[in-house]
Amino acid sequence: MEIFLQQIINGLTLGSVYALVALGYTMVYGIIGLINFAHGEVVMVGAMIALSVVQALIGAQLGLPPGLVILVGLAVAMPICMGIAYTAERVAYRPLRSAPRLAPLITAIGVSIVLQNLAMIIWGRNYLNFPDIIKPSPIEFGGAFITDVQILIIGVAALIMAGLLLVVHKTRLGMAMRATAQNQQVAGLMGIDINTVISAAFLIGAALAAVAGVLVTLYYGIAHYHMGFILGLKAFTAAVLGGIGNLGGAMLGGVLLGIIEALGAGYIGDLTGGFLGSHYQDVFAFAVLIIVLVFRPSGLLGERVGDRA
Amino acid sequence: MHSMFNSKKNPALVWAGVVVIGLALALVPFVAAMGGQAWVRVVNFALLYIMLSLGLNIVVGFAGLLDLGYIAFYAVGAYVYALLASPHFGMHLPFWLILPLGALVACFFGVLLGAPTLKLRGDYLAIVTLGFGEIVRIFLNNLNTPINITNGPQGITLIDPLTLGSFSFGKAETILGIEFSGPQKYYFLLVVLCLLIVALNIRLQNSRIGRAWEAIREDEIAARAMGINTRNVKLLAFAMGASFGGVAGGLFSAIQGFVSPESFGLLESIMVLAMVVLGGMGNIGGVILGAILLTMLPEALRFSIEPLQKAIFGRMIVDPETIRMLIFGLALILVMLFRPAGLWPSAVRKRELSGAQS
Repeated sequence: MEIFLQQIINGLTLGSVYALVALGYTMVYGIIGLINFAHGEVVMVGAMIALSVVQALIGAQLGLPPGLVILVGLAVAMPICMGIAYTAERVAYRPLRSAPRLAPLITAIGVSIVLQNLAMIIWGRNYLNFPDIIKPSPIEFGGAFITDVQILIIGVAALIMAGLLLVVHKTRLGMAMRATAQNQQVAGLMGIDINTVISAAFLIGAALAAVAGVLVTLYYGIAHYHMGFILGLKAFTAAVLGGIGNLGGAMLGGVLLGIIEALGAGYIGDLTGGFLGSHYQDVFAFAVLIIVLVFRPSGLLGERVGDRA
Repeated sequence: MHSMFNSKKNPALVWAGVVVIGLALALVPFVAAMGGQAWVRVVNFALLYIMLSLGLNIVVGFAGLLDLGYIAFYAVGAYVYALLASPHFGMHLPFWLILPLGALVACFFGVLLGAPTLKLRGDYLAIVTLGFGEIVRIFLNNLNTPINITNGPQGITLIDPLTLGSFSFGKAETILGIEFSGPQKYYFLLVVLCLLIVALNIRLQNSRIGRAWEAIREDEIAARAMGINTRNVKLLAFAMGASFGGVAGGLFSAIQGFVSPESFGLLESIMVLAMVVLGGMGNIGGVILGAILLTMLPEALRFSIEPLQKAIFGRMIVDPETIRMLIFGLALILVMLFRPAGLWPSAVRKRELSGAQS
């Protein structure tokens, strides 16, 4: 039972990060129908920049409190991530909006390759370590332990998601986004500037990605030029699991995927009599995805789109 | 399509073309060998990628089903060959048995993937195929315990080269006074297989099945209303695409002599997809062009970046591999920006693009 609770806590932490990244995928997909393959790399860039800033500040020995140092790192990383996402949209996706559907997918892959290799040139191939400024202090919780970093991650993610829902459902921008997602042309006719809305989706997604990057680095204590790939893959899986294009779905999908993975890693050995080890946790995650999609072809919370006429 | 190559109108010209192309194809390995045997190997890989892209083209280009895990079938073919013709299990079966077997097993996996995903549309299908590809790779990587089947991340070594009686494709030999190196011999085998696959693809595209695929790609509901059994036809696309991948995988094993799960990651799937889309989805010539370009470009960069960097800066500033990938990524973006339908688009796509925009 303790293991179960512990895995739930770990899964919830990781799942909150997945959810933040998945929101970026799902917003862009919901509005322009593009799988933004480069989104994972934006998370990576955010993590790397924040980490570099934190390292520099700690190295300068200014004696700033750790919380402030991390906030400064995030404050530097966020605009850069937003700039990258905005530029990528302007340069690589916008000109292809009426092109065949796979063309922007390939440019997104191109952007992702470019970002990854630029990061490798700047930061090198090695793992970067997060300076030891926050000592995780575990709190006992029904036999399991939750650290303050985990509480921070879950709390920040929950706050941001609540904020995003508020923006999307209560503001004019949010209304414009929802309208554009439903029908771009008609939204345009109603006086909505489609390009602004699409840029806004990319910008918000990138801001969330920067936060996710910082949180995940804080959690694992390392960052790496290759980290965006697998994180992006998981987050995209989460978005699809929940029903891509649906904000609530991305959140649910992210948290569920995190928990499924954690439980899979913890129990897969027992379930299969030791035949499959914890290396198979990804198999577990993808298998659940496939099974869910077989029964609910448009994800858990996705709309039941009828066959188009 | 091209009236010039209409064999009924212009038989002499067609035969002349066949002779010229045949001669050119026969000369390629010798020209490549002038730059070293490494280039012959590169050409061989280009041919393997042509097979792979043509296989993926059936699924993505003809039937319009986005498959991001295609490399799994390549992996299956490669491992079937590797396991049955290497000291790993001590089995050394002949290639004419295991190449078709590899195709068959890959085909089975294709149906296995296709069957549960038939209901899914567009990008949901993409993520499921991606997950499937990853699952296959993870199994290959970890099936060394408790029973050692795939030898895990170390992969399988000492795989038999293709041999037919005493004739081995692996070693150099002099035939009719011309010296053939191992890779050059493989080249001729691969060219023949490639031509076969191309011919098969052209016949498929113009067949009843090919037209059914195109109908499904354009509008699945209308296709069903026209009496096409969409389920079977889609499954057939998966199965045929997968078997081409399986054959290519088996050949890869034999040529390379070594396989490991590392060769079958998501990036490889994406690479093959990029070849198909960049070349011109649905157009066989375009796909071949895409495969050749995307195999050759990184290799050409590999050979040019290092000297260039030394000449300009006097030393290596940045790892050439990184620059290679950087340029590759930029090339993907630029080609798509300027030719959104691919370098050599199919006639149908061209019509769609130039016609009224929806």
